[in-house]
This record gives sequence, C-alpha cells and structure tokens, in this order.
Amino acid sequence: MGVTTPLAGYLLVAALLFAIGLAGALVRRNAILVLIGIELMLNAANLNLIAFWRFGPHPEALTGMMFAIFSIAVAAAEAAVGLGLVISIYRHTNTTDLDKMNRMKG
Amino acid sequence: MATSPFFTHFDQIFILLRDWLVGYLPAAMRPAAGVVLGVIAIVCVFPGLFALTTVFERKGLGRIQNRLGPNRVGPYGLFQPVADGIKAIIKEDIVPFSANAVVHFLAPLSLVVAVFMEFAVLPMGRNMVLIDMDAGLLFFFSMSVSTELSVFMAGWSSRNKYSLLGAMRAVAQMISYEVVLLLSSVSVVMIAGSLSLPKIVEAQNSYTGIFPHWYIFTPWGLAGFVMYAIAATAETNRSPFDLPEGESELVAGYHTEYSGFKFALFFLGEYLAMFSISGLGTTLFLGGWSAPFSFLTFIPSWIWFFSKVMLSIFVFIWMRGTLPRLRQDQLMNFAWKFCLPFTLLNLIVTALWRFMGEGWLRWVVCTAILAVAYVFMGRVGTRSEHFGPRRYRYAE
Amino acid sequence: MNAVFYLLAALTLAGGLAAVLLKHLVHCALATTVAFAGLALLFLQLDAQFAGFAQILVYIGAVAILIVFAILLTRGSELPKDGVFSRTWFVGLVIAAGVFAILGWAVLESVRAVPQQTAVPAVTVRDIGNALVGRYVLPLEIVALLLTAATIGAVIVAMHEKERPR
Repeated sequence: MGVTTPLAGYLLVAALLFAIGLAGALVRRNAILVLIGIELMLNAANLNLIAFWRFGPHPEALTGMMFAIFSIAVAAAEAAVGLGLVISIYRHTNTTDLDKMNRMKG
Repeated sequence: MATSPFFTHFDQIFILLRDWLVGYLPAAMRPAAGVVLGVIAIVCVFPGLFALTTVFERKGLGRIQNRLGPNRVGPYGLFQPVADGIKAIIKEDIVPFSANAVVHFLAPLSLVVAVFMEFAVLPMGRNMVLIDMDAGLLFFFSMSVSTELSVFMAGWSSRNKYSLLGAMRAVAQMISYEVVLLLSSVSVVMIAGSLSLPKIVEAQNSYTGIFPHWYIFTPWGLAGFVMYAIAATAETNRSPFDLPEGESELVAGYHTEYSGFKFALFFLGEYLAMFSISGLGTTLFLGGWSAPFSFLTFIPSWIWFFSKVMLSIFVFIWMRGTLPRLRQDQLMNFAWKFCLPFTLLNLIVTALWRFMGEGWLRWVVCTAILAVAYVFMGRVGTRSEHFGPRRYRYAE
Repeated sequence: MNAVFYLLAALTLAGGLAAVLLKHLVHCALATTVAFAGLALLFLQLDAQFAGFAQILVYIGAVAILIVFAILLTRGSELPKDGVFSRTWFVGLVIAAGVFAILGWAVLESVRAVPQQTAVPAVTVRDIGNALVGRYVLPLEIVALLLTAATIGAVIVAMHEKERPR
C-alpha cells in the first residue's frame, strides 16, 4: 500500500473512521451507540471535506471549510433531536435495546 | 514622559529578559525556546497568584463575616498556602473501591490541562501574549467547554449519588451560562472587528482627553460586562451560583470523593479558571493592559492587567461573602429567561451603536433601549404574586 | 506524512474503535470525546483553525455532553443481560468492511490524480466572516432556521407528557 500523498493519508483515515462508525451503528444494541456511530460517520465526512479543501485547487474560495462548519452545526442539531427521541422512547418502553424494538405496536 | 526609554524598557522588561535568555541559543531554536520560557512563566506566576488568592479569600471572607481569617501561619496568616499545600500533598489518596479508577484519575488532570491552556491567548501586557492566534477568543472558549466534561467525569466516576447530582447540576449550569458568556463576547468582537485578543486590546487603547476608550464605558459594553460577569460567576461555580459544590447541600458536590493532591488539583483548577475568565473579561471590556487615564501610561502595562484581574477576584470574593446561594431552578430560569434575551438585545444595540455614527444620539438611544429592556424584563417580568409581603402564622 | 499525523490518526482511530467496542456506555462516550479531540487536532494540522476550534466547541462542548446526559437519563450505566452486541452483528461487520474496502480502493486508485503538497492557504477569520455573510448567506440563514426547528423539536419530543385530567 504505497500511500504517496498526504491527501491520500487523510482520506484513508476518514474512510477507516467512517467504517468504524458504520460498524458501531450496525453492530451494537443500544440506541445511543447508534447515535455515536452516526456522529463518527459525520466527523469522518468533515475530515474528508477539510482535507480536500486544503489540498484542492482553490483553498481561498473556502468552500470546503464552509461546508464542514455547516456540517458541524447540522450534526449537533441532529444529535439533539436523535437523543431527544431516544429519551422519549426510553420513557415509553423502558428500554433502549434496539433488538427489543421490533414491533410497530406502541 | 510615558514614552521615555526608561519607562518603555520597564514596560517590556519581561520581553527583554526573554530575548536575552533566548539569545544564547542557536537561531533555529529561538522561537520554540521563547514559547517554552513563556509557558514556564505562566506555570509559575498563576499558581503563585492562586496561593495568594486562597489567603486573600479566607481573610476577606472572614472579615466580611466579622471574624479574623487564618492568622497563625506567618505574619497575618500569609504563609497559610504553604501549610495547605503540605497538607494536600501528604494526605492519603483515597479512591473508592467501586469507582472507575481510570476516569477518576483523569478527571482532575484534564480539568487543569484545559484551564492552563486558556492562559496561552491572554495578552498580559504590551506584546506579552504567548501565542497571538487569529481566532484566539474561539480557542479560549473551546478550552473553557472542555472543563465541563471533566466535571462530569469527576462526578460520574466517583459512584456516589451526591457526586453525580453535583456534577449534573454543575454541567447544566455551565452549559446554560456558556451561551450567555459567548454572546456577550460577540458584541465586543463586532465592534473590535477581530477575534484576536491583542487586537481587541489595541482597539481599546486610545484616549479622548484623559478618558480611555474601554468598552465598559459604552452602554452596550456596560450591559455586556454585567452579563459577562454574571455568566463568569456561574461558569466557575462561584457563589451565588455554587449549588453544585455547596457544602450544606451536597457534601462537596462532584469533588466529594477526591482527597489529597487530586482535591488540590480541583481547587487549583477552579481558581485558575477564575483567573483566566477574569483575564478575558478585562481584555474584552476593561481595556486589558491599557491604563485608565492617559497620564498614567508610565506605569507598566502588565501591572495594570494584573491589577484589574485581582480587582475582579476581589469582587468575586465580595459576592461570595455577601449574596445567598441561588437554587438550581432559580439560576436556570435566570439564565434562559433573563440573561439570554437581554444579551441578544445587547447584540442588536451594539449593531445600532456601530451603524449610528459618532455623536450624542447613539448614546441616548442605546442607553434608553437597554434601560427600558432591563426594567421590563428584570423588574416587571419577574414580579410574581407569590412573593408578597410576608405574613406570619403563629401557633395558637 | 510526518510523525504527528500518524500519532493523531492513531489517537482518533483508537478512540473510534474504543467507542464501538467497549461494554460500558459512559466509557464509549468518553472514547468518542477522545476521537472528536483527535479530529480537531487533525483539522489544526490541516491549517483549518476555525474548523478545529469550532469542532472542539460544538462536538466536545455540546454533543459529547448531550450523549452523556442521554446515557444518564436512560439508565445506560447498567449492563444489559443479553450482551452488548446485537444478534445480527456479523452482517453489520461485513457491511462496514465492505464499505471500507470500496472507499480505500477508490482513494488508492486515484492517488495519481490529486495534487502533491500545496502551499498553506492564507485564510483569516475575517475571510470566513466575509464568506459567511457574503457568498454563503443563504446556507447561514437556513442553518439558523434548522437549528431553531431542531431545538424546538428536541424540547417537544423529550418533554414529559402532561397527564390528561380524567
């Protein structure tokens, strides 16, 4: 695996972090860990954006950094709503185990 | 007279000292060595000030409460911190059996590290900032929020109801007032046009006649400073916002299960956070290292900075001795229902100030808007029928 | 590709791995915080200071605390009886490995097409501010609207339901 450019190094780290986040979201039982996995995936995408901004053709246009900043804001909002949902479901079913939530009946 | 070589040299004495020491090294290592010397200076000066402040606080609180403070160790009790330090170091370090050892150990460390990092961007004198970052204010606030997680780690890892409750209360309080802190600083950034703290001080360093252009002497600056001071007291968990660590409420809150040197580290972290947030407050609103009158500029800039910081610490101690403690729901209501709307209004008033141009009209309009808003939101809005004149019922 | 990059990458990936593998939820949340911090340092390494400090401020200062509060409010401190991994864990692992394989292959195959080390971009906070209210003012306003909606939504979703009088 001859990684020759710094950009490829950052992209590989982002890809690995994305895969770890995806594995976490798919493999664990607890709903909160799924949200943690989603946050890791969003962070990996942000790393990708910043790496491309830095090594891309026009860094003075600030596109990559703007995209990453908006992505951080949106991810925070989504984490808030997601965790509110988890708390609400816990109050209703008294569990956060996703394997047990396989019925639509409330 | 203030620009004569003697006074300029006295003002820049630490910079000259650093340059002389660093001159002994090869040119490639000089910037790094200069920064290392600055770090050593910060690590020596601020814990020294912390030691002085502990005596200052205990004597001051004692005097406010009509008693003498500690007066046994040394003249007027001034060597008390030495005794306290020896006690803290030789005490047994107790970790509860069911506590999470790793997190329990890391919590005070991460707190102290985050707080020390905050000093890196404070301009303590002319040209005396450790790192002049373009986004210095943002860096300061990033380090400040990192302390919230350490507080939670401390409370949760102790496996103790009181610690966990104290930690959750502390974190909720710190998050609420963090918003107020940030927004009141944004109005300063709007006027100064930069996030870099040395530039904010430079923008305040001019005089009309003998009066300085500090931001506190403007209507939006005064409102912002008051909001900043309230939020700073809540951020550092000081009275009257010290419910998370109130001894009569929660044993000792999130540092119940810490003894010996780790407790000393929490104590150090809390006082250093007080210093750094006072330092930021002086930088943003009180003109940083600039002198209060134009004829006083011969006194070195670092003396002004540290005097203003110690004045803020004195006000913190004064508030602790005078005001009663606020209940958790009272302080959260205060933050979200009064402080936050008032700070947002302050932002609008700041923008109005900036775009109205020079003259007496902007002073009148801005002061009027802020005064009316304060009366409505603060006095009329929080009046409630529950708190009428006290009625007494006696047993018959 | 210096030593600092390898160290930070190792720190971030270790944090991410710990976050998905550890049994105790609060440990996972703290490991996620380490991953966020590692990422912020990687942003600083990439000369994106504003994004790095915003990452610390938002993720460590808000999202991590949100996660920790949610864990506390849903009694996450007790370990579940049936183990922490779901029944279908193997499929999830295979999918994740497949995704990484595709992404890694895409990156390595396109190494020739991307530019080599470029100069440090001279970006000040003033430029970012100008961009935010100049070229990117529409996304800024939409994000403001989205954050308001999300705040109101989260409060309503997590609010205690009022008992209906019978």
